[in-house]
Amino acid sequence: MRTPILAALLSLVGLPALACETFTIGNLMIEHAWSRATIGAERPGVLYVEITNTGSADDALVGIATPVAGMPMLHETVVTDGVASMPHAMSVPVPAGQTVALAPGGYHGMLMGLTTTLKEGEGFPVTLTFRDAGEVTVPVEVLSMRAEGPDCEHAGQ
Amino acid sequence: MRTRRAVILGLGGVAGALAFTLGLGAWRSRGTAPATDPRLPLPIAEMDFTLTDQRGATVRPSDWIGRPTMIFFGFTFCPDVCPTTLSDISGWLEDLGPEADRLNVTLISVDPERDTPAVLSDYLANFDPRITGLTGPLAEVERAAAGFRAWFEKVPRDGDYTVNHTAGVFLFHPDGRFASIIDYHEDRRFAVPKIRRTIS
Repeated sequence: MRTPILAALLSLVGLPALACETFTIGNLMIEHAWSRATIGAERPGVLYVEITNTGSADDALVGIATPVAGMPMLHETVVTDGVASMPHAMSVPVPAGQTVALAPGGYHGMLMGLTTTLKEGEGFPVTLTFRDAGEVTVPVEVLSMRAEGPDCEHAGQ
Repeated sequence: MRTRRAVILGLGGVAGALAFTLGLGAWRSRGTAPATDPRLPLPIAEMDFTLTDQRGATVRPSDWIGRPTMIFFGFTFCPDVCPTTLSDISGWLEDLGPEADRLNVTLISVDPERDTPAVLSDYLANFDPRITGLTGPLAEVERAAAGFRAWFEKVPRDGDYTVNHTAGVFLFHPDGRFASIIDYHEDRRFAVPKIRRTIS
């Protein structure tokens, strides 16, 4: 069951600016889901995404799942006294009326146990689980290893 | 002959006196202000380690003297900080243009176990070609880190491991004196002028 879905989503290759579409679940808006290309499947991949809570109640991102990684988890890069460490994040708060970004150098999804090499220009689905809003599956766009985020202005959105 | 000997003895005496004065100075200053701040990197000329670059060439810190130098620590299995730092640096180098050609830009791997020269070569191919990667025996990486007053630690994680490490970028003048540190993810509006000051 998993493989056909994965194949279907991977075939979205070439679809322009996947990361620039907006997805909603309840009062949450999900945008800019992107990842970086990996060399092979031994190294962990990364997931970045922006979540806007337009509602009046706080929520939290409590889990991520994707067919491309056996062990996806939420991490936060913390730089203390100049030393970077990457503790697990049990959840990422999404306070009412705010936008929270999983972005380079902060919260990020760490995709351990990749089942495939993440190639630039391809995509894969990720299911985000929120404490209150529930689950939503969004497509993630794989950008170059050097990317710092999707260029949605050029995509005309 | 005798005169020359006297001169040599004289010089020896002067050198001895100087050494004594310097020694006394160092002894005196121990309680007050140390000559070099132990938190700051040593001058490159005082560092001592031998590592291998991604092309298999041996690199010692003395090879860097004469060029402005930019050093940072990282590893290729790190999904967030390291690509971000490398991507930032590639952007800085592009902003600097040909000015950055004489800059020595080097990543020292804190994960020499997995980062062989071949692995570094594959990884660095994704970034600015002016970036060199170094790896080698753990003891040599530790000696390198000590010289920069940098810190790293292998941390077991979910049956695997990650490495916590100093995330800043170290800048040195061409003569090897320490210039400044660019903090992790520092805005390029601040980073690029800092580098430019070190180059010129």
